[in-house]
Amino acid sequence: METGFDLALTLLLLGVGGWSILARNMMTAVIIFIAYGLLLSLAWVRIFAIDVSLTEAAIGSGATGMLMVIAAHKVGADARRVVHPSRAIHVLAGIVAALVAVGIAALAFVLPGEPQSLAGPVMERLGDSGLGNPVAGVLFVYRAFDTLLEKVVLLLALIGVWSLARDEDWGGIPGFRLFRHHNSVLTLLARSLPPIGFVFAIYMTWAGADVPGGAFQGGTVLAAMWILVMVAGVRKVPRVSSPLLRLAIVAGPVVFLAIGFFGFVMPGEFLAYPQGYAKPLIVVMEIALTLSIGVILGLLIAGPPKGEDAA
Amino acid sequence: MTAALLFWLAGSGLIGLAVYGLIVNPHPLCKLLALNLLGSGVFLLFGVIARRGAAAGLGGDPVPQALVITGIVVAFSATAIAVGLLLRLHGEAGVASIDEEDDAP
Repeated sequence: METGFDLALTLLLLGVGGWSILARNMMTAVIIFIAYGLLLSLAWVRIFAIDVSLTEAAIGSGATGMLMVIAAHKVGADARRVVHPSRAIHVLAGIVAALVAVGIAALAFVLPGEPQSLAGPVMERLGDSGLGNPVAGVLFVYRAFDTLLEKVVLLLALIGVWSLARDEDWGGIPGFRLFRHHNSVLTLLARSLPPIGFVFAIYMTWAGADVPGGAFQGGTVLAAMWILVMVAGVRKVPRVSSPLLRLAIVAGPVVFLAIGFFGFVMPGEFLAYPQGYAKPLIVVMEIALTLSIGVILGLLIAGPPKGEDAA
Repeated sequence: MTAALLFWLAGSGLIGLAVYGLIVNPHPLCKLLALNLLGSGVFLLFGVIARRGAAAGLGGDPVPQALVITGIVVAFSATAIAVGLLLRLHGEAGVASIDEEDDAP
């Protein structure tokens, strides 16, 4: 029964993945890619990686999909104008792709017999941090430096996207398309969903310390709610020069760094937590990060500033 | 462990499909989509390796799982910049293409 499910999921993943590659229409390809991401998050559940599954559904499928839908809407029309490569290139590409796939698939049978695992050492000391979720433990205790840099990468991506604005638009409002139809379903959803979404985002962040979840997943829910509100025109899209917005963007990394530097004072090392205070400090960090991640994701999807009139 | 083996095969198949798409689709947005598919296939392989490291009462090794989470986020950041560049190119040139013959609008 379970093997049947896994087999069906494998075939679905390959079929849907292939469809999104081969689809003629750009928008079709992108929407299939979103469905593919959701199927992939099911596969992640099947290999006992619930945290990854949530991240894949939220970021890999949701946020990436939203970016792609916007891009496909804006540039999709000229996909047909592009000259397509010759049949020889198709055949050659097929051979290369098949070789790569078969080569990697074959590795499944020659991987070293005794798998290495860090699960034991992680679980041994997880209790000291006060956290119950081993993945959160790895992210915030063992590999805190990675997690810090990951947030900085997000920040750099936002700076990168903003710097693509034209000079005369700088400081303006991110220019994505708004739908201001005051009697539409979208407006109704934008007014009724956010309260539920915000509570859910806070729950995900809070619960992330002990069960799958965390700042990233919570932040993405927050971003989704914010985008919904902005797209429906219920609240104005803020100017990128707004000081309050800038504060929300840097809050997470700044709190993370501050706690990291405080580690020099108390236990005597960067990003180390004082004995017994690890969990409260991590929760404070996660709250600040959730806010920043939500705002940064929303702004990354909204795109660079486009002058005064965003509509 | 049949799930792990099946998803390993799925991951390698997805990488193959993505490599094909990356080569034959000349439109930059298609390439970006293929690249994301390629990344997700590689992440899935990594997830299977994490599953092989199941120990200490856990279903998988949490260290590779945490690395994949970081990887997904970094891949998203890169995609966001790529989409930004693509739209700027489209805004300036009227057509988003990396084909030299397509340069003239």
